[in-house]
Formats: sequence, structure tokens, C-alpha cells
Amino acid sequence: MKGTYNVDNKGYYGEFGGAYIPEMMYSNIEELRSKYINICSEESFKKEFDELLKDYVGRPTPLYFAKRLSEKYNTKIYLKREDLCHTGAHKINNTIGQILLAKRLGKTRIIAETGAGQHGVATATVCALMGIECIIYMGEIDISRQAPNVARMKMLGAEVRPATSGSKTLKDATNEAIRDWINNPIDTHYIIGSVVGPHPYPDMVARFQSVIGNEVMNQLEILEGTKDPNYVIACVGGGSNAAGLFYPYLDNQKVKIICVEAAGKGIRSGKSAATSILGKEGIIHGSKTLLMQSKDGQITEPYSISAGLDYPGVGPMHANLYRSNRGEFHSIDDSEAMQWGLNLSRLEGIIPAIETSHAFAILDKKEFKKSDVLVFNCSGRGDKDLDTYIDYFKLK
Amino acid sequence: MNRINKVLKEKKNILSIYFTAGYPNINDTEEIITKLSECDVDMIEIGLPFSDPLADGPTIQESSTIALNNGMNSIKLFDQLKEIRKKTDIPLIIMGYFNPILQFGVEEFCKKCNTVGIDGLIIPDLPVEIFEKDYKYIFDENNLLNMFLITPQTSDERIRFIDKVSKGFIYMVSSFSITGAVNSFDENQKKYFKRINSMDLKSELLIGFGISNNKTFFDAIKNSRGAIIGSAFIKFIKNNGKENVNDFINLIRGKSSSKH
Repeated sequence: MKGTYNVDNKGYYGEFGGAYIPEMMYSNIEELRSKYINICSEESFKKEFDELLKDYVGRPTPLYFAKRLSEKYNTKIYLKREDLCHTGAHKINNTIGQILLAKRLGKTRIIAETGAGQHGVATATVCALMGIECIIYMGEIDISRQAPNVARMKMLGAEVRPATSGSKTLKDATNEAIRDWINNPIDTHYIIGSVVGPHPYPDMVARFQSVIGNEVMNQLEILEGTKDPNYVIACVGGGSNAAGLFYPYLDNQKVKIICVEAAGKGIRSGKSAATSILGKEGIIHGSKTLLMQSKDGQITEPYSISAGLDYPGVGPMHANLYRSNRGEFHSIDDSEAMQWGLNLSRLEGIIPAIETSHAFAILDKKEFKKSDVLVFNCSGRGDKDLDTYIDYFKLK
Repeated sequence: MNRINKVLKEKKNILSIYFTAGYPNINDTEEIITKLSECDVDMIEIGLPFSDPLADGPTIQESSTIALNNGMNSIKLFDQLKEIRKKTDIPLIIMGYFNPILQFGVEEFCKKCNTVGIDGLIIPDLPVEIFEKDYKYIFDENNLLNMFLITPQTSDERIRFIDKVSKGFIYMVSSFSITGAVNSFDENQKKYFKRINSMDLKSELLIGFGISNNKTFFDAIKNSRGAIIGSAFIKFIKNNGKENVNDFINLIRGKSSSKH
């Protein structure tokens, strides 16, 4: 197939993307759209972004050859260690980028949505770093089940506002953040945490996260003598860690793309977050993409044991990877993912986030050749999930 | 002539009332429309409820959630509206978010609107550019007007574009705000009303968002052809029931006694 799998100049990935927004958001989105590429291309921006990623986030993160895992599965497995980033996941790559952008747009107030709290913590962190007011919207239900991350955000000086509408989880936190932005269009920047929302967000977030894939290219060349692995593999909720890893490989057909979604309690159980399989084309949070919805077009609540994957939509880039068959999509249920949390811990001494564990479970689903080089995005560490692991494996 | 255009041409101090279909009870739609059309109301906006109403405040969020739990959807609504044109000639507008309309099929939705006698649509999350490129012809074929919103942040250039595409009224959002009632308009809002009026647009303006009482209604009609009330009406029927909607309308119009 010809053409690009990256965004086009109208903000679409194939038929997906765009900006289906109320007029009340138009001026904000238009300001971002018309300025983000220029601002991000400025030398002073690039310098500040790179320095913070290096000195504050701890980049480049290692590309680690997982020896025991490779032996067990008789293939070559590399882990991109985003779990070693400051705050424990790749999320901070994006929040550093957006806070620098917000400063250049003259914004003095930051809002963000969060599900499990990782993006909330990453946003609160950069706001503390820059001394900017920070308000995090979080579903009331998520607040009660993610107490440590709520405490982190508060320690960092952020205000955590409960989203009490709808299902009181991530999608409602996103709605509340959008409503806040509509009410405060002048001084506020909205830091979206994934490659979702209206254009230019999916592209902007993917660009900030592309540091992941760009580092992999350089690191793999030294380790394997080629920039191109056979496979790049990542878990997908909204899709930001996957977008970051895939970014430089999108149009390089030699590199196969694998997206792993959360099946929850099983695809047909009614408790799942496998958007590509269960979703249908529609509009969510200003983007035309695949989303889980009722026949009438009401957005339905997804489920996964990992709070970071239970978004009812998927970024438009990924919707296009799915529709065009450029990406291979798999879904992994709760128990498989939990087992892989344990597997990676025992084989490599790395306790992954449950989101990340989903990606590794592909090793039991698909045969790889001995000569294949696989790069997994080890997107987050498991500290935040200890309570879930403790309950599940009766570790007390 | 479309009923909306007729009212815009013939009437001043227009009052348009929004309610959420399926609220408070699933089968209230016809009764609320009939009652409102017997009052001093010039247009009615029927809200098609959506699970994630981005531009709406707590009142309409709540009425939407209840309406959805009551089982409201597009098929049901069209079914309830089947006989409505035997009862009233008042302009009827459906206000709904784009996803439920997209899932119904835009063309099918517009045809149904035409069949039951809907005169126009307001789809807050369908931007004017996308409408013009992909859907305008369908609206035209079905004699449906599409109303667009402008806000204090909408540039003059964009307002001119919206005015060009618009064939009904322009829905002038009173403030930086999601829907919800306020007590009065401030100086900035009045300046904004003035700026828009001085642009000499071809479309009539109706002011909405934040209109809740006689004072805000009068401020609005001083600056436009009329006003749209949603949240305050929903609150009224929540507290007083749907039987006495005439009291609410009289309150807004500043009339002490009932019309009927």
C-alpha cells in the first residue's frame, strides 16, 4: 500500500482523526494547530526539551537485550526500558513537551485528565518543575482505587478534581477536562495524555513520544548492526507508548507492527477493552476513530484489570493501522496479562506495569523465528500496580 | 418557506426552549412539545441525549443520563414525533451530538427528520467546515437548516464564513462557557454582543447559554432576535413538573398572569 501511515496535512490518518469539536473549543485547537509544529521546531525548544529529557527524565532509556526471555522463546527480544523514566512510565515524555509548548503559548494554568493516575502524576510533576498551576480531573471511581497516585499528585502540588458525571472514570475525566477548557479558553492549556482527542493532539503527542522509537533506531544499530527490528510490539489503550515506538517505522514495511489490546475478562464477556475488535467507527473526544459504543452511538464503558488500557476509543493512528492491516492486533485477557507480570519479574528481574504485561503475552500467542529481532516497549513499571498484584497472587 | 425562517422573518423577541427528549419520563416528548407550543414560545429544541455531552453543564448532563436510562434513542424519538405535525406548527429543531446521528446514518437521520416535520438541527460537535464539505447537500435535500454556534472567541473572519454557510439563525453562545444558567451578563458579554451586531450579518442571531430569568432574557433580546433557554427550563420541570410550563414561560417573558 502506498502513502503514509502518519498524519496528513488535514489531521487525518486515512479516514480517521480530524477535529470534531464544538465551536467553543475551536480557537484553542486552532491556536495549537497553527503553532505546534513551528514551536516544536524552534532551536530553543528542541534544546530545552532534549536537556530535560536527558537530565530530568533520565533519557536515553536503555535498549536491553532480554537474554533469558530470548532463550526461552528462541528469538531475539529487546526491551525499550521506558519503565526507567522519571515517574515510572513513558508518559512524562509527552508532558515535558506539552508544558514547554504551553509556556511558549503564554498559558499559566494546566489541566489534564487521568485514569490510573500515571498521566496525572506526569503532568503534576512537570507543573511543579515549572511552577505552574495544575488541575487534574480524575473519575471518582478511579480516585478511590488509585489512592497512591492521588497522593503523589497532591504532594506535587496539583489539585485533583473528581469527575462525578457519567461512569465516573477516564472518559468522564476527559469530558470534565474539556468542559474546564471551554470555560477557561484564554489562560489554560489542556495536556492530553495519549494520542487521542482532536487534531493536532494525536500528532503532537506522537511526536513528543517519538523519542522512544528514534532512540531504538540508534541503539539497535549499535547492538544489531541495523536500525530495523523485525517487529515492534506495544500495548495499546489510547496508544501513546505504541505511537512513540512505532513512529519512525510507520512507513517502513520491513518492520512489522504489533498492537496488543486488553481483552479484559474476554472479548465476548461484555467486560473488555479490545477497541479494534469491539469498536466501530465514530466520534469520541473530538476524533473520528474506532470506539466502543452501543448501537445507538452511546459510548460504552470498557473494562480491563489495568486502568491504563480501559479507554473506550483508540487513537486515530492506531485505528488506521488496524483498518489498513499495517498493524497486527491481538488481545490479551486479564489472567494472561497478570501471568506475564510474574513471568517478566522472574525471568528478567523487571516488574512491569500491568498495561506493559499485556504486550509480552504475545510471546505465547505467536511464533517468532530464531533470527527475528523483537523490540517491546517496556512502557511502565509495576510499582503502581502492587496492590493489584498482591490481591491477585495472594502475596500477603 | 422553512418554519424557522418564517418565525425569524415575522417575529421579534423570539423565545426558543430546549428540553431533553426522554426526560423526566420516556414518553413526555409529545406532551412537552404540545404544552410549550400553547405558551408564548416561538421555537422548540428537542435534545437527543448523548452519553458524553461535552458542551453541556451539569443540568443537561443529568437530564441526558436519565433520558438514556429511560431508553431514549433516535428510533424512539422519531417514533414519538410521528404525529407531531398534526398537533403543532411551531418550528422544531433537534439538538444532538454527532456520534448518535453518525451511527443512525446522517442521510437516514435527515430523511427521518424531514418525514416527521423537523425543521433544523444543531450539532455542536460537527464543525462548519466538515458540514459544508460532507453533509450540506443532505440537509438541503431534506429541507433542513443547520444552525451553527459562535462564541466570544470566534474571529470576525470565521463568523463571516459561518454567516455565509448559515441558512437559519446563528446560535450566539453568550460566554466562555458550557451550558448552564447565570443571573446576569457582564460588561465583556455586552461588548461581545455589540461587536457581533455591528458586523451586519445576513443571519439572525439568537443568544443562548446562561439565560435563566426575565433579566437575562431581556438583555439577550436587546442584543439579538431572541434567546434560547435550556438548563433553566430543565431545572424548572425537575422542580415543578411539566404541567405548569406556562408559569416558567410567563416568568421569562415578564408576564404576571397566564396567557391561557
